[in-house]
Amino acid sequence: MDKKKIVVIGNGMAGARVVEEILGRAPDKFDFVMFGAEPYGNYNRILLSNVLNQTQEADDIFINPLSWYKENGIILHAGIKAVQIDTGRKVVIGRELHPQAAAYAVHDDQFLPGKSVEEAYDYVIIATGSRPFVPPMDGFGGEGTFLFRTIDDCGRIAEYAKQCKKAVVIGGGLLGLEAARGLMTHNLEVTVVEAAPQLMPAQLDAESAQMLKRTMEAMGLTVLLDHKTAQIHRVDGRMHSLIFSNGATTPADLLVVSAGIRPITEVASNSGLTVNKGIVCNDQMRTSDPFIYALGECVEHRGKLYGLVDPIWDQARVLADVISGFNPQAAYQGSKIGTKLKVMGVELMSLGQKEAAGPGDEVVVYREPNRGIYKKIIVRDNKLHGVILLGDTTAGDVLMQMFLNEQNVPESRSDLLFGDVKGTAFIRAADLPDGAQICNCNGVSKKTICEAISSGCETVASIGARTKAGKGCGSCRSMIAQIIEAKLGVVSYDPSEHYYVPGIPLEKSQLIAQIKAQHLKSVSAVFQALAAGKEDADSKAGLASLLKTIWPKDYEDQRDARFINDRVHANIQKDGTFSVVPRIYGGVTSADELMRIAQTAVKYKAKMVKITGGQRIDLLGIKKEDLPAVWKDLGMPSGHAYTKAFRTCKSCVGTDFCRFGVGDSIALAQKIERRFQGIESPHKMKLATAGCPRNCSEAYVKDLGAVAIEGGRWEIYVGGAAGGSVRKGDLLCTVNDHDEVLKYMGRFMEYYREHAKYMERTYTFVERIGIDVLKGILIDDSLGIALKLDERIQTAVDAYKDPWKEADIPVYPAQFEGPKLMDALKEAENNG
Amino acid sequence: MEHMRFDLGSTEQIPPGQGRCFKIGALDVAVFRGRDGRLFAIENRCPHRGGPLAEGIIGATQVVCPLHGHKFDLTTGQGSEARECVKTFEVSQENENIVIGLALTLKDRRAYENCQSGTP
Repeated sequence: MDKKKIVVIGNGMAGARVVEEILGRAPDKFDFVMFGAEPYGNYNRILLSNVLNQTQEADDIFINPLSWYKENGIILHAGIKAVQIDTGRKVVIGRELHPQAAAYAVHDDQFLPGKSVEEAYDYVIIATGSRPFVPPMDGFGGEGTFLFRTIDDCGRIAEYAKQCKKAVVIGGGLLGLEAARGLMTHNLEVTVVEAAPQLMPAQLDAESAQMLKRTMEAMGLTVLLDHKTAQIHRVDGRMHSLIFSNGATTPADLLVVSAGIRPITEVASNSGLTVNKGIVCNDQMRTSDPFIYALGECVEHRGKLYGLVDPIWDQARVLADVISGFNPQAAYQGSKIGTKLKVMGVELMSLGQKEAAGPGDEVVVYREPNRGIYKKIIVRDNKLHGVILLGDTTAGDVLMQMFLNEQNVPESRSDLLFGDVKGTAFIRAADLPDGAQICNCNGVSKKTICEAISSGCETVASIGARTKAGKGCGSCRSMIAQIIEAKLGVVSYDPSEHYYVPGIPLEKSQLIAQIKAQHLKSVSAVFQALAAGKEDADSKAGLASLLKTIWPKDYEDQRDARFINDRVHANIQKDGTFSVVPRIYGGVTSADELMRIAQTAVKYKAKMVKITGGQRIDLLGIKKEDLPAVWKDLGMPSGHAYTKAFRTCKSCVGTDFCRFGVGDSIALAQKIERRFQGIESPHKMKLATAGCPRNCSEAYVKDLGAVAIEGGRWEIYVGGAAGGSVRKGDLLCTVNDHDEVLKYMGRFMEYYREHAKYMERTYTFVERIGIDVLKGILIDDSLGIALKLDERIQTAVDAYKDPWKEADIPVYPAQFEGPKLMDALKEAENNG
Repeated sequence: MEHMRFDLGSTEQIPPGQGRCFKIGALDVAVFRGRDGRLFAIENRCPHRGGPLAEGIIGATQVVCPLHGHKFDLTTGQGSEARECVKTFEVSQENENIVIGLALTLKDRRAYENCQSGTP
């Protein structure tokens, strides 16, 4: 069968997503050509404010890199803007954009002279998205004025901000506030100007908006409501101030407009398609031309425009069903809109309507102005019609499910506002439709869970193993239990969820007690004593690490219980080779060390030499057989970049050279690494020290971080994360010197080692125990165990041996040998 | 197909509770030696992404691939994921040595003979 050709106009999140959905249904049916006005692969626009406030690099927010297009045989015309569809000849015509032009620009002079690009098509999908709306004012577009929509916008704003003091953001909606947050990180005084009488008019009512305004002002933001900008006033060509329609003025040398979006529809109107506010589509996402489809922010469906991702994902699925023939009758029914987000660190959720629509609507409100908390629900016919949560969104997931699935609410309305995870019992999972998404982390529907139950799963854990439901944040686990209960009548109690390791039926505290009481010093001894000798593969590594924590000095190290990385002290890679990361204390190396590393890399043919995220150097592609020789040639200790243990402590340059440093972060990082290197724990620990609160070394988002503050003191943060989860650490305590940092960090580590679940990172551990409880135990010594913790971590420190010393004497035969070649194979005598 | 039995040498080459890869002609075989003395032999290639199963942690009758944690039964070869399994081979201990039984295809047999005669 000949392949049909689909031309996609627009290479944003919607365009790329619909291609992925079609490929998932019909991998070989279509050839794809994409036009993208931006000269990149496609990226997650939702994260742009992080690029502006420098918490993420532009590279980190790409969803599909350019290689994705190549792997899937997609031709991408990057930097080419489609201008017209000739529906008679069935070709899409594109023109090359000037590299400096904004991708969403309107005017024709943005194009480079030269030939246009033409692509014939069988079908077209328009996904042009939207452009920022600029309210009418005099002087916008000159130097110092910016929009906030693309990666390039972020770069231009950040560059210009270096020479500015006062920034103004026009637009007090979600994106405007996000832009303001980004600008504040550039040390600017920031004013937000909003034409409406309140902030976030799309999401909040007047009272909650007022509360949000006070919170924002407390953070140092200036907010001007009811102000319309009339003119940008310049002196000698440079921006000086803004003049408002009411005659007031405010000084400004940088202006960002983020006042909403408008659909980009020119290519549709140039091609004779029906365009109203957006490109008009039917329920099959088809435009007025039967061969042309559209989706995303450029689309108007049943009179509605959508500017959020969830509706776009819904549209992409329907469009892919229809165009691929997978389900030609698929229909998009419109989306219910709910937003849950953080504005400048403030939790916020908004669903449905903001105000009562009539006397039949019941409104329940809770206010706590002191903490900036506001909760409001609107109930009609016993169903949720509106929710606003500000400052505390713990009840949000439940309310979102009830709202999206139009469920009846419980009689006691206060349950709705103050429910916690356990309180989800009042959502009746049985009432949810089959298509309802239960696990939002892994996108698992009720239908998939029901199928797993039908095929024999009876516990939450077994459903997780089969479908991945409940394996993300875990907040849906009670819902999964309810679905099991509804189908089977009972949920099989699965006590194994609380076992430290799956093969020994004990919780951690019980397991430790048994190990100590029976003096069990090896993994096989534990299996003999506590599991009737039955060895379980999934339990071995966790037990080995725990035994080493309990018996630092006389633990019997059975390497077969260890993961391969801990058998050979290197990290296995996907091709079976290993990565070698020597320890570089505090990230400070020397020319001598670098030369040795370089010579070793050449001698053993490292496939790549990579600077790691932890300020070290990684030699990749080393053969197992070569590991001992590599370690000897390096002459450096192990960096432990392969095990569940203390990994590394990054540092900024601190007081040695940095003109802002207020504490010697390098010396501290080196002391920390020398003290805690190789200390094993339930999961890895990554640390950092920062010489001032500018946080160049990212200490706020580490498992443990020390941040110097004015006055020579140090703040210790615990439970930070900047991996798949992102969390700022909680302040454990503030101390006077390096020695105290070592003391309290060690105390925290020992408590974590003894009390965390296996594979539980510090960020979940700290959240589970609670920072206030931890402060009580570790700082105020509320349990009277602080000195014991100090002693035990000291014993662990004293017992440390550099594992790379095994280069000289392998601990078991063939430890560093590769496959055995049977070149002199002898046939066995066949004696039966 | 031809059935052959090979003597791979002493069991002591494999530390208790671990596995080791033996290259027999074109075939990579992972042989495991349990702490209880039981021997198992399977092909040394995870069907998921080609992981070296000989480097995996074993349980009573199970091995966990070191790359992505897929599991395989050492006696039947059945994998933990639907539609994944590995070949298993007969293996036994005779006079402290590991003896493995292989059904060799003609191609395997040639590769093996080439090894024997030293031709590449």
